[in-house]
Amino acid sequence: MIDWLRRLGAAALEILARTGRGFLFLLHALSGLPSLLRRPGLVVAQLYSVGVLSLLIIIVSGLFVGMVLGLQGYYTLVDFGAAERVGQLVALSLVRELGPVVTALLFAGRAGSALTAEIGLMRATEQLSGMEMMAVDPYKRVFAPRLLAGFIALPILALIFSMFGVLGGHLVAVEMVGIDSGAYWAQMQANVSFGADVYNGILKSIVFGFVATWIALFEGFDAPPTTEGVSRATTRTVVHTSLAVLGLDFILTALMFG
Amino acid sequence: MAPARQTSDVLIEIRDLHFSRGSRKIFDGVDIDIRRGRVTAIMGPSGTGKTTLLRLIGGQLRPDRGSIRIDGVDVHKLGRSELYQLRRRMGMLFQSGALFTDLSVFENVAFPLREHTRLPESLIRHLVLMKLEAVGLRGARDLRPSELSGGMARRVALARAIALDPMMVMYDEPFSGQDPISMGVLVQLIRELNDALGLTSILVSHDVQETAAIADHIYLISQGKVVQSGTPRELSDSPSAWTRQFMQALPDGPVPFHYPGPDYRTDLLGGGAS
Repeated sequence: MIDWLRRLGAAALEILARTGRGFLFLLHALSGLPSLLRRPGLVVAQLYSVGVLSLLIIIVSGLFVGMVLGLQGYYTLVDFGAAERVGQLVALSLVRELGPVVTALLFAGRAGSALTAEIGLMRATEQLSGMEMMAVDPYKRVFAPRLLAGFIALPILALIFSMFGVLGGHLVAVEMVGIDSGAYWAQMQANVSFGADVYNGILKSIVFGFVATWIALFEGFDAPPTTEGVSRATTRTVVHTSLAVLGLDFILTALMFG
Repeated sequence: MAPARQTSDVLIEIRDLHFSRGSRKIFDGVDIDIRRGRVTAIMGPSGTGKTTLLRLIGGQLRPDRGSIRIDGVDVHKLGRSELYQLRRRMGMLFQSGALFTDLSVFENVAFPLREHTRLPESLIRHLVLMKLEAVGLRGARDLRPSELSGGMARRVALARAIALDPMMVMYDEPFSGQDPISMGVLVQLIRELNDALGLTSILVSHDVQETAAIADHIYLISQGKVVQSGTPRELSDSPSAWTRQFMQALPDGPVPFHYPGPDYRTDLLGGGAS
């Protein structure tokens, strides 16, 4: 019993210590942001690797998610004679929820895991120590540009995801099922507001981008410098980011649309 | 004009250094002087904290007690930006080389120059090629670190470590895991660069022969203390049984071959369940 309590206490302490390290890490990385004004090239390079290289998976997934929404929406709505409202259903589901959330989940799998592995290996092979000894601050040179890039890339990716989702919905609802194209777009135009829906969706994806990149970078930084350590950290990045994104999504939705 | 500070012969002065990791004491009152222009070796069995010592000198770790002064300045009393200023004058060669795997050999050596100077590209190219020439790898400038052998990677890392013309270079186990030829190359390079560039070199190693061949002065560390120090010759002629065992690589001596355990005979005959 005592032993069990001791282990519970140790686990709780470890979680607290990790959280503390995570926040310190974030503060350090944030303090490196101003130095990026002088070297925007560093951010551009990271935008390419976390943003541009994620484009394909985002576009393809967006297209399929939109197609499924179009199809399921049509099956349900047609019973009520409201099949032409499928455009509204597809667009609202995408910009409010699925765009930011699914993009963040895909981002964690594609870019987040890559960031964790990269940072973890840089640490394991002493590249970060080497940088420090060359009087180059890794927070400014490595972490800050990646953090900012993730922060910028995710909202843009989420918008692209939603855009292609709407096109996917159009493909199914209009081209396959035969709903009038004008009705598809008109319903969307009439019932999706920029201020309430699109804007809130972008706000969500900014929060997700920040959290996903932070988790990915910190897991890499905090990973034990071994093969096993890095592989576990990569897994943790995907799991923790997914849980954080889904949990935050509920909170944000309740705040925004409640 | 008179120098602002009297330059002493000692570049790095370590006094009463204490450092522990958890409950394990790594250094327990270590005093070391590292003289300018010399190659000073820190030797000792594995796990005596030789690499830790380099990290303490570089300000990456903090001692529990004691001081490390470089060029008269206490490293651990410096602010972050002053410490980074000081590090620009230090080069360090990591055991793994620590090359940036996403950059070519050329870009690796150019890295500190690009980070710390605003030199025109043509000058950076000249400097990088000169540093690479010094380690004999000018022809390998376009290779990626993954295409280099272990010895070559260390030489590239060495070129990078001297890119900013530091006053001192720290070598962390430069010879470990090298074939005889690259070992020979490194041994010669460390000595030649030290003398040609007027460096001060600190060499951490447990390769006795190679180190003894180029070091001016050796400190032997064991169990958190300096056991003995002197020139290589003084150490190999030392009356201390431990020093002799280490310098001559004898399997048994004051450091026993056998890990402590119960008596062999009783252990075999006892037949108990263990």
